[in-house]
Amino acid sequence: MADTKTKKTPKAADGLRGVPTDTALRLLREMLLYRRFEEKAEEAYAIGKIGGFCHLHIGQEAAAAGTILALDEGDYVISAYREHTQALARGMEPSVIMAELFGRATGCSGGKGGSMHLFDVERRFMGGHGIVGAQVPLASGLGWKIRYREENDVVLCFMGDAAVNQGAFHEALNMSAVWKLPVIYVVENNEYGMGTAFSRVSATEIHERSCAYGIPSSIVDGQDVLATYDAFRTLIDEVRGGGGPRYVDLRTYRFKGHSMSDPVSGTYRSKEEVDGKVKEADPIRLLRDELMEAGLLDQESLEAMDAEAKKQALEAFEFADESPLPDEGELYTHVYAELGHGRIFMDGRERPGGGA
Amino acid sequence: MAEITYREALNEALREEMERDPDVFLMGEEVAEYDGAYKVSKGLLDVFGDRRIVDSPISELGFAGLGVGAAMAGLKPVIEFMTFNFSILALDQVINHAAKIRYMSGGQIPCSIVFRGPNGAALQLSAQHSQACETYYVHAPGVKVVTPATPADAKGLLKAAIRDPDPVAFMEAEMLYNVKGEVPDDDDFVIPLGVADVKREGTDVTILTHGKTVHVALQAAQKLDKDGVSVEVVDLRSIRPLDVDTILASVKKTNRAVYLEEGWAFAGVGAQIVSMVQEEAFDWLDAPVVRVMQADVPMPYAKNLEQMAKPSAERVVAACNRVLYR
Repeated sequence: MADTKTKKTPKAADGLRGVPTDTALRLLREMLLYRRFEEKAEEAYAIGKIGGFCHLHIGQEAAAAGTILALDEGDYVISAYREHTQALARGMEPSVIMAELFGRATGCSGGKGGSMHLFDVERRFMGGHGIVGAQVPLASGLGWKIRYREENDVVLCFMGDAAVNQGAFHEALNMSAVWKLPVIYVVENNEYGMGTAFSRVSATEIHERSCAYGIPSSIVDGQDVLATYDAFRTLIDEVRGGGGPRYVDLRTYRFKGHSMSDPVSGTYRSKEEVDGKVKEADPIRLLRDELMEAGLLDQESLEAMDAEAKKQALEAFEFADESPLPDEGELYTHVYAELGHGRIFMDGRERPGGGA
Repeated sequence: MAEITYREALNEALREEMERDPDVFLMGEEVAEYDGAYKVSKGLLDVFGDRRIVDSPISELGFAGLGVGAAMAGLKPVIEFMTFNFSILALDQVINHAAKIRYMSGGQIPCSIVFRGPNGAALQLSAQHSQACETYYVHAPGVKVVTPATPADAKGLLKAAIRDPDPVAFMEAEMLYNVKGEVPDDDDFVIPLGVADVKREGTDVTILTHGKTVHVALQAAQKLDKDGVSVEVVDLRSIRPLDVDTILASVKKTNRAVYLEEGWAFAGVGAQIVSMVQEEAFDWLDAPVVRVMQADVPMPYAKNLEQMAKPSAERVVAACNRVLYR
């Protein structure tokens, strides 16, 4: 990150492309944190600290920062399984997220959810869902609650491009359009559903998918965080103002594999393709260069910012690593809210507290 | 106490719970303007308006998922499936989301939701519209499963299900909607989930069952009574939670049991219950527990074949005689 020369240009008093300078710097700081956090997660996975699946978001940082940072506190975010950075963007503590990836008691779900199921109800971060497209109707339900209680919040629903071929997607968009629910459906279009190029399995383009439901669709450059942030501020205002749902084809690219089982370019895309994108479309580098060219960032501040991100990632790692595993008694908690009468677990095992 | 139908009892439960709690709403196909495909929601649109009684598109996965999302945000949806046969389309939302959200969020996210509608065999509706679906729901921890057999149970259990903080699959019996019975008209008549009901006391053999087949069991009991056999009929009322104490107490009293239900035998609810009875009451049993179930075939259309496929009072009588070595 620290290999570019600072260009001398006059300071832009009004920030960059309509985004205030402090916001632009905050977006950079956030994206650096996501990158360093994910690199640390990758490292932790490699040494066996993280198990199961681990889907990294490296390369797609702007799609998290530029969207979620445009929200208000009361708004909801719901996502799929590639959601670490979205959780960070929503303000969840890196240490609490990392501890969840480690399956520790101090994780946001007490170690019961793991990488794919991050939740923070206080921050209205509603997961973390592992079935492709299944969170889309849930988002409509969150929107339904807002409309039902006549509140003024909005829902940001993330999905990958593969989700648009699921029935759940179409059913949910139809209902949201019928009932004018305050939901922004964001397709993080990174061109691949796992290892299958979207174009190979899809009859139409992603941005066309909401046309049938009359939901306004836009294409946003998801590698350009300022453009993303700007577009989402407008969309959020429209939806909050009662304009009904919106749909975004957010063009992005993942620099890593689908998951840690496919850590590099894989067999489904060429090394040249991936290298080219990393070189041309790294959202962090693009913003960094633009800030430097505008004279709003110097090498020293950048290095300080990056050092802080690395420190936070390391602290998260250490916190997670030092945290205890969940207490064994936690196996049977949170399956039901109330046990009440009768037997509810059918496995014939001894349980703390006995009975139900 | 008034004598009303099972259908009217459900309608009363919905009306009372919606009056009691503004977060309760009903959504499903035809629930509003059509008054409900089976008229369970008759008249509710006039009382509560289209904000709370909501006609959905025919998209079970979608509106079940919308309900789950609303429940995650704190509302208390009642999602009507026109029949549980169609709910199979929505199973992902029930099993992968409603049932698991509390657990995988470490207790952070609630999911108080009722999925309800008619279930079980009907009359000549053939394979896709005539099947018992309890097993699909009862298999997954995180969901509660309720199967009322009488109008009073229908009302008291539905009120409990709506008040319950967990997801409940509330499986009504399509063939019971017109059955009449005495139902308390008290607003707070609630039957807790997980409490079985001994519908008939007896000393010689226990029939364990739930839902519509409670009535089949009672018919069989009457026939056996004429032969001098005293039958106890235990209505489970809910399968999760399961009132194991009442089941075991009855089996230990009669020393013989028959399990009766409309579902398929293989890996069904009965398989679990028989397994439990033999593990926990083996020493009290004087004969192996026998099951009376739906034939292991899709439901046929032809009247005679359909009759053969379903559990009947005659088959229950035969099963009781078998465990009595008569």
